[in-house]
Amino acid sequence: MAPIKISQVKKTYQGNVTAIHGLDLDIEDGEMVVLVGPSGCGKSTLLRMIAGLETITDGTISIGGEVVNRKEPAERDVAMVFQNYALYPHMSVRQNLEYGLKNRGTPREEIDRRVNEAARVLEIAPFLERKPRQLSGGQRQRVAMGRAIVRQPKAFLFDEPLSNLDAKLRGQMRIEIRRLQRSLKTTSVYVTHDQLEAMTLADRLVVMNAGRIEQVGKPIELYDRPASLFVAGFIGSPPMNLFKLEALSRVTGQDLSTTLPENTDIVGIRPDRIEAGRGAGLHMFGVVELIEPVGGESHLYVRAEGLDQAVIIVVEGPSTLSEGEVLDFVLPLSALHPFNTATGRRTD
Amino acid sequence: MVENRPFLAFLTHLVLIAGVAVIVFPVYIAVVAATHDATAMSSGMMPLWPGAHLWDNLMLTLTHQTPGLPPFWVMAWNSLWMAVIITAGKIAISILSAFAIVYFKFPFRNLAFWLIFITLMLPVEVRIIPTYSVVANLGMLNSYLGLTVPLIASATATFLFRQFFMTIPDELMEAARVDGAGPMKFFRDILLPLSRTNIAALCVILFIFGWMQYLWPMLVTTDRNYYTLMMGVKRMAAVADADPQWNLIMASVVLAMLPPILIVIFMQRLFVKGLVETEK
Amino acid sequence: METKRTTFPSKTLPYALVMPQLLITLVFFIWPTWQAVQSSFLREDPFGLASTFVGLLHYQRLFQDPLYLDAIGRTALFAVAVTVLSMGMGLLLAVAVSRLVRSANAYSTLLLWPYAVAPVVAGILWWFMFNSSSGILPYMLSFFGVDWNHKLNGTQAMILVIVAASWKQVSYNFLFFLAGLQSVPQSLTEAAAIDGAGPVKRFFTIVLPLLSPTTFFLFIVNVNYTMFDTFGTIDATTQGGPNQATNILVYKVYADGFIGLNLGSSSAQSVVLMLFVIGLTFLQFRYVERRVQY
Repeated sequence: MAPIKISQVKKTYQGNVTAIHGLDLDIEDGEMVVLVGPSGCGKSTLLRMIAGLETITDGTISIGGEVVNRKEPAERDVAMVFQNYALYPHMSVRQNLEYGLKNRGTPREEIDRRVNEAARVLEIAPFLERKPRQLSGGQRQRVAMGRAIVRQPKAFLFDEPLSNLDAKLRGQMRIEIRRLQRSLKTTSVYVTHDQLEAMTLADRLVVMNAGRIEQVGKPIELYDRPASLFVAGFIGSPPMNLFKLEALSRVTGQDLSTTLPENTDIVGIRPDRIEAGRGAGLHMFGVVELIEPVGGESHLYVRAEGLDQAVIIVVEGPSTLSEGEVLDFVLPLSALHPFNTATGRRTD
Repeated sequence: MVENRPFLAFLTHLVLIAGVAVIVFPVYIAVVAATHDATAMSSGMMPLWPGAHLWDNLMLTLTHQTPGLPPFWVMAWNSLWMAVIITAGKIAISILSAFAIVYFKFPFRNLAFWLIFITLMLPVEVRIIPTYSVVANLGMLNSYLGLTVPLIASATATFLFRQFFMTIPDELMEAARVDGAGPMKFFRDILLPLSRTNIAALCVILFIFGWMQYLWPMLVTTDRNYYTLMMGVKRMAAVADADPQWNLIMASVVLAMLPPILIVIFMQRLFVKGLVETEK
Repeated sequence: METKRTTFPSKTLPYALVMPQLLITLVFFIWPTWQAVQSSFLREDPFGLASTFVGLLHYQRLFQDPLYLDAIGRTALFAVAVTVLSMGMGLLLAVAVSRLVRSANAYSTLLLWPYAVAPVVAGILWWFMFNSSSGILPYMLSFFGVDWNHKLNGTQAMILVIVAASWKQVSYNFLFFLAGLQSVPQSLTEAAAIDGAGPVKRFFTIVLPLLSPTTFFLFIVNVNYTMFDTFGTIDATTQGGPNQATNILVYKVYADGFIGLNLGSSSAQSVVLMLFVIGLTFLQFRYVERRVQY
């Protein structure tokens, strides 16, 4: 177990394509950090640089206080769980789990002890003698986890480990990974593009975009106070409503430039913070175009006069409205997130 | 089948039976010739039905020595060795070069690939004399090395392994590296076991290839002890004009072509795989 | 040329890995080829002690030599005949087998094994069948008034080598046509059947066009086979005779160089053949590119 320190790390391919622009990140001992972002944002590259599978163009990565830039993956004492599991197809589950330990010269009794322990924790003991192709997707995923656990490494690296599973299994495994990581207290870096997975797993969340970090923080902090337009749009489902300030002022007939910070030209609001009816705040109305009942809540898409996009509103329970009705709603001033388009950053 | 027409089905079988008959006929005649004694063969009309002397003829072939040729079993042994060395050699050097080309980046990697590729365009038949003189200069005439090594370079086997390695997920190698395996350990523990079927299929194809060699052994062997079966049966047939012992010649021919045919019949699945994959 | 996403960092190991293959290639392929090219521009004195540069002299002579020009025509005829015959047979048998379900495997086995018969053995088998003293075929042909003697009759000798060379190659063509036929989606033939096309029409309008990549590929392979691999067949049957009637290019290179010891001319012939193979290989690779787009 060890902290991971990433300082001024750059990655350039063939001298001109830059995948990562001088990135700093401190991961504490035992912490679960989730890297999230759209595909091509550099999150996987960063993870693979930590693993030693990509070279580091510039800057340093240290694990447990030791700079590992020049070290082979095996010497870094990290374990990795791959998206397609990368189980050795010709080896039994047991041989898969043992392989890394054997290569390290771990004594036989110790190997057996760790393999049996991992098999018990992950409930894969009945399949130990089977080949990977005889297992279901979920079972393979567990074996891949087991292969990481038996190593008792300084850090776990997860590269989108759940994206090959169906939605239900994904939910289960997410909880299991969280539980395991908590009990083992092993420093973990987890890459995903699924923001729900990111929110639920992370001690701290790192949102990446185009090779840079947009924001680092506890998931709820990022949700409550996104530092940039990108984070605002990326975190949260359904996504935050973002309006041009000028359009919003026109539609509501209120001059907001004095109430909001300087340089604000975009205003965002979470769909669940918009209140139906009339009350304090910015009053608007529009035609309900579409109602998506998703169980405990409903998503309303409302077309307001003068806005070129639908307003998304989340209301609790099944909606009593029907499509085509006119709805009055209010944006409370306290729920508004002010941004500037040019910098992309928050203005308050 | 889309429709069921009895006439078409009949025609299909008719075509196939006729085809099989044409394909089998020459070998059938050879086998029949190998079952008769010398008098039956020299009576002018070739018999069409098997006789009773197959065992005698086979025994004679194996024990009797044709003038100018080594004993049958020596030639059989040479053919076997030649085929085995060529097979093992081609597979070994091809899988190693494919491993280097797929799993390493190194200067002159493309050059190495092209050099291997070029061998595809230079069959030994078109450059026999200079190749012969290189082998002669290296003192490799009349040796197993001379018989085999010049035929061992193989672009097709290298391409086959390269193609196969490219289909192995990248993550497997990455996982092995994280698990502490170096390149040769990865090669031995992961790549080689995964290549089993491909290697087996190649063995079948290459063994047949090695067994069938004729021109090259004819050039590089003057010492009778290195003659192969293909050369031997050809020479037997060539002297047959003077003294036609057709029953014995055909017994040798049947014995000489039997091993690869048995391989094709009993390892048909691997044979088909090998043949189809090497042509990709 | 791709590698894996990540590669092993070793600097020296890859060279050690490709070394055996490269060494053999350089010593036994590149070096002899270079020598052939070189000596095709040189003339050695009768004692082989000194050689002078003669430019394209050997090539000029070669292409003025009626024997060589005849050999080219003869090789073309031989190649086309064997290719058409063995591909035609292969296709016919493959179509027949592809219509069957239960007996397909049995027929395949019966048709595949001649692949394992060496060209030289194929030559001996047919030579025996056509043997004028006790061969079965001349006996049968005599009923049709054909007087068979391939030792004297050049046309008959050519027919003999064509038959022997084609016989062995049918299995190869059969196998690849069968694989090609099996990869034609059944839904296409079913759609055509619903559109009212009978089996014959379906074959010529749907199946055959879809087989064209296989056909093209096999064409190249067969030309290659007839031009180079049939050496043993010729050597076991006619040895290029009678009176040059079956002396194809690859046999001529051998006969002129090894038996006639005409090094310069033989080298020039080698170079011409190499250029031909290179051309064929490029054709083949254009086909591979097309297949990728499929």
